[in-house]
Amino acid sequence: MSDIKVALIGNPNTGKTSLFNRLTGLNQKVGNYPGITVDKKIGQTKLSRGILAEVIDLPGTYSLNASSIDEDLAVQVLSDQSNENYPDVVVVVADIENLKRNLYLYTQVKDLGIPTILVINMIDQMKVKGIDIDMQEMESLLETKIAFVSSKQNKGISYLKKIIIDYKSLSTLPCFVDSPSVLSKLATEEKKKHHLETVRRYQFLKSVLEKTYSQNPKKAKGLRSLLDRVLIHRFFGYLIFFTILFSVFQALFSWSAVPMDFIDEAFAGLSEIARANLSEGVFTNLLAEGIIPGIGGVVIFIPQIAFLFMFTSVLEESGYMSRVVFLMDKIMRNFGLSGKSIVPLISGTACAIPAIMSTRNIENWKERLITILVTPFTTCSARLPVYAIIISLIVPADANFMSFNVQGLLLMVLYLLGFGVAILSAILLDKVLKIGASKSYFVVEMPNYKLPLFKNVAYNVIEKTKAFVFEAGKIILALSILLWVLASYGPGVDFDNAERIVTQTNSSLSEKELQTEIASFKLENSYIGKMGKAIEPAIRPLGYDWKIGIAVLASFAAREVFVGTLATIYSVGNEQESTIKERMRKEVFQDSKKPVYSFATGVSVLLFYAFAMQCMSTIAIVKRETNGWKWPLIQMFVMTGFAYITALIAYQILK
Amino acid sequence: MGRRKTIADLERGDRAIIKSFAEIDIPLKLIEMGCIEGNYVEVLQRAPLKDPIYLNISGTYLAIRIEVASKIIVEKL
Repeated sequence: MSDIKVALIGNPNTGKTSLFNRLTGLNQKVGNYPGITVDKKIGQTKLSRGILAEVIDLPGTYSLNASSIDEDLAVQVLSDQSNENYPDVVVVVADIENLKRNLYLYTQVKDLGIPTILVINMIDQMKVKGIDIDMQEMESLLETKIAFVSSKQNKGISYLKKIIIDYKSLSTLPCFVDSPSVLSKLATEEKKKHHLETVRRYQFLKSVLEKTYSQNPKKAKGLRSLLDRVLIHRFFGYLIFFTILFSVFQALFSWSAVPMDFIDEAFAGLSEIARANLSEGVFTNLLAEGIIPGIGGVVIFIPQIAFLFMFTSVLEESGYMSRVVFLMDKIMRNFGLSGKSIVPLISGTACAIPAIMSTRNIENWKERLITILVTPFTTCSARLPVYAIIISLIVPADANFMSFNVQGLLLMVLYLLGFGVAILSAILLDKVLKIGASKSYFVVEMPNYKLPLFKNVAYNVIEKTKAFVFEAGKIILALSILLWVLASYGPGVDFDNAERIVTQTNSSLSEKELQTEIASFKLENSYIGKMGKAIEPAIRPLGYDWKIGIAVLASFAAREVFVGTLATIYSVGNEQESTIKERMRKEVFQDSKKPVYSFATGVSVLLFYAFAMQCMSTIAIVKRETNGWKWPLIQMFVMTGFAYITALIAYQILK
Repeated sequence: MGRRKTIADLERGDRAIIKSFAEIDIPLKLIEMGCIEGNYVEVLQRAPLKDPIYLNISGTYLAIRIEVASKIIVEKL
């Protein structure tokens, strides 16, 4: 086990996570704190021969005054000796360019009486910005050891490890003596007292920094003001933002096409191999018709999810996202949202769950509630496989419009539709919701521009894609096995005697046609066939047959099971070699013999998936974030009702 | 006594010293980020629709809405 427990704490944007990645490499786990959904990141690092440390990365925070869930958590870990994560030593990570504010947090942590080390990060910026620090003087004034670190250039890490090993020699005395009520939750009457304490802490730090810190003012600015001039320009700012969005979505579709086709075919091939090489039997069928297509249905959208996480993480890391918040705040306020709603709305294109969690930094409750309610309209990655397969069925791959790929354009239209409906419902909610206009305490930090570190982006992509695939994968795998069972067995005599009934009624067919006929007769009379038939009257006006109906029903657990469900249903009893896509193209309605995936049905499916609330995890998270069942239930019925109506109208007009 | 100047009255590029707050209810987070009496503030930019306002408060770069900015009383330098 680990010998030393280390806690990392720091302001947002100080490179704390980069340092954590440096220390632990891929030796880290993300878990949840019991009862809340803030990520808990713990990793291991080797300090020296034979000495291991367990490092916990606490959420970024400006202070220890518990004003949000994330901050509350840092307080709980650091103030309760019986907490399982209570550290032996705390490392406060500070950004060299913003020392005063970072040291404010340091003084609060130091007051807790735990050995505290100060890391001054990004020292690669020291020369560039003309900064000079008297380290010895600062160490004695702050009663600690200081490590100058550049996690980017991998400097100072070994010295930091050395001080961590020696943590017992550090002073545990507070460096600032005047702290009556740091950890109590602030009641309104205590606010004034707290204000005064903050002022005194800053006065103390000012005196410390006057003695130890100097900066050549000529070098202080530079990149920031230059880039800001362009990126938040009243015209170019918006132009650049929309160009970036547009390129991201174009890239998302065209870059992932190749690996996705490859995965699609690879899994179809795998099923074939399983069938050809394993002895015939129930297990082989389950493997070839249930498990392999089921897993394929998850793996196929790894490329798109990974690209999406890559883009959002680059935008966050570079500091650009805050500029977008700044640009969009006033506009978003017209819709009852906040500039900060942009982040959930954009990260909602990856997944609504982290997006809804990221609304926590929206200070105004009404703006936050509206953001939570409309975010699930944005096109999350679980919709992508549905969109991808339907679009490729209704639009030819080589179709071009003004030299843009039409498939890509249609995908973009769907994204815009998601945003558009989100905004429209926000306007509506803003009018309808009667929540007292609490003051909007909008504060957003504008961090320095940074070139995103490859390592940080890569870890982020790997970690999130992995979590997503395993989480979704579990559900999909379980459902595909269940579906296979439901599709392979049936109630009553019709199912058991399928072969005899079909042979008797269709004696003129060839052997091969007969087999197909038997298979579809069996499917129709299986458990799932009966269920699908039962709901068919409700979905037929939308242009769906009962097989799509099953997929839609299963999708209420999670949207991404749509493709996997169809894959399972179609491959049951169908031994011809073909990919899901080709299989879908051949599918015809039983009565009219017209292709099922016509343009009208395709559009209808797209609209239904664009608007319906089909995700159990999102409902659960909305319940948690709004403290009750009221909002998630309203959200589910309104969204799904709206989806049904638009899909109905679209199909009836287009058919 | 004429109307006191607040951050909301400043133009782009103006520098000022924070004097006091027109309301006790100033967001705690803002105070903790260094928005306290005696610190300097510089207006870097206003958003294209004039709101929010992008500030450098004693080395911390942040944006706040005009609504809050108009509660922070300053003395122009």
